[in-house]
Amino acid sequence: MKLQGRQTWKFGDKVFLNSTGTAVGPMESEGPLGSLFDVRYNDLHCNEKNWELAERRLMEDSIASCLNKAKLTNDDINFFLAGDLLNQVVTANYVARGNEIPFLGVFGACSTSMESLAVGAALVDGGFAQRVVAAVSSHNATAERQFRYPTEYGGQKPDTATFTVTGAGAALISSEPSSVRITSATIGKVHDLGIKDPFDMGSAMAPAAADTIMAHLKETGMAPEEYDLIVTGDLSGVGAPIVKMLLKEKGIDVSGNHRDCGLMVYRPDQEVFAGGSGCGCSAVVTYGHLIKELNSGSLKRILVVATGALLNPTMIQQKESIPTIAHAVALEGTKGGSN
Amino acid sequence: MSNKEQQQEYAKKIKPLQPKPPYFINCLKAYLVGGLICVIGEALMKFYMTYFNFNEETAGNPTAATLILIAALLTGIGVYDKIGQFGGAGSAVPVTGFANAITSAALEHKSEGIVLGIATNLFKLAGAVIVFGAVSAYIFGMIRYAFKTLM
Repeated sequence: MKLQGRQTWKFGDKVFLNSTGTAVGPMESEGPLGSLFDVRYNDLHCNEKNWELAERRLMEDSIASCLNKAKLTNDDINFFLAGDLLNQVVTANYVARGNEIPFLGVFGACSTSMESLAVGAALVDGGFAQRVVAAVSSHNATAERQFRYPTEYGGQKPDTATFTVTGAGAALISSEPSSVRITSATIGKVHDLGIKDPFDMGSAMAPAAADTIMAHLKETGMAPEEYDLIVTGDLSGVGAPIVKMLLKEKGIDVSGNHRDCGLMVYRPDQEVFAGGSGCGCSAVVTYGHLIKELNSGSLKRILVVATGALLNPTMIQQKESIPTIAHAVALEGTKGGSN
Repeated sequence: MSNKEQQQEYAKKIKPLQPKPPYFINCLKAYLVGGLICVIGEALMKFYMTYFNFNEETAGNPTAATLILIAALLTGIGVYDKIGQFGGAGSAVPVTGFANAITSAALEHKSEGIVLGIATNLFKLAGAVIVFGAVSAYIFGMIRYAFKTLM
């Protein structure tokens, strides 16, 4: 049985993350991880005519560099799992129109990165696919238009707001051995503790992240210290201390090894309010930075918990609160590590 | 879905971890930015009165038009949103804020065409101001009229 407990998948020994590709915009290129990304644009338009095309270019670039590294073409891939933050996951749909790989669109807001990776790993482990590409994207300007105000509108945002990462990440999953193994995944439940402020998604998402981390540790029997890092997706400066507090209340101490992608992708002096967010956030940090650390052996075992605020502007205007979700995927370096 | 008590308990629990909005600093910044815009307006008014034969009553129109033009240009080159983040209400309340709301919507929806993109979405943000402006003008006009006929 590959199901452990209620919501955790334990994969066999032959599910690997073979290669990754990332593409980012200007703010992310200038960030502390800037040099680690494969494709970097100096211009938010990414040499395209509008924001939506720019986001599409980012996702296409991330997939191209992922497949290039693995020396594969679109025809070698069985399934393409992708999602983004826009209505009807348009970026993913139009990229899939171009690459002609059998396609499943996925949506979990900013948790889509790990949702697509987990489902892709399950397909490979179950023998339903030989090779799967999982990709996600977000773009600051398309997200502003979709969820907030026009890009150039001069409304003031509070310090709890997050800044959508302009970036895309793609990962190739197969049973062919590589230096990173996907060991397990925990699918999260939707949580809602009544936060209604779309400018405070960190507070809204923290309970979902805490619950998924607790479920994962309980069902896999792992202790938090066994992970070199437990990385949340985009809780930012507001949500990160909250998730630590919520876990501490349940007797789980992650203060030593918890990081948040939203705080890793930008420098503290970049003007991004509480930190980065968006599906691109966890994707570029995981696929651009953490995977390289696993490859080199400086990290041995990590848990990536991508957090998603399932936000809809119409629902917010109807005075509904924000439902949130988090999905966790455990990754392990196969080479001997430093510890 | 969680119940009310859980929600209240969570809200109370996270309160100390959330950054508090710096109300005083924000007010000060709004005062400075809003004040500066008014000073520029005042200077423009004096300019139109001194050089173009406008009087105190008529100089308001070219002044507002110039401020709107400046705000629209600053929106176009991507500066007004930064002023807005700094100044808050100080840059949102004057006529320049209204110009920014319209110009930013036009820029945003340019990709969907002139009619269904720009024209349809132009008043997306500013529309509420016009609606409430017109409605309140109507109500106060009626009240004033009633007073006038009764007195």
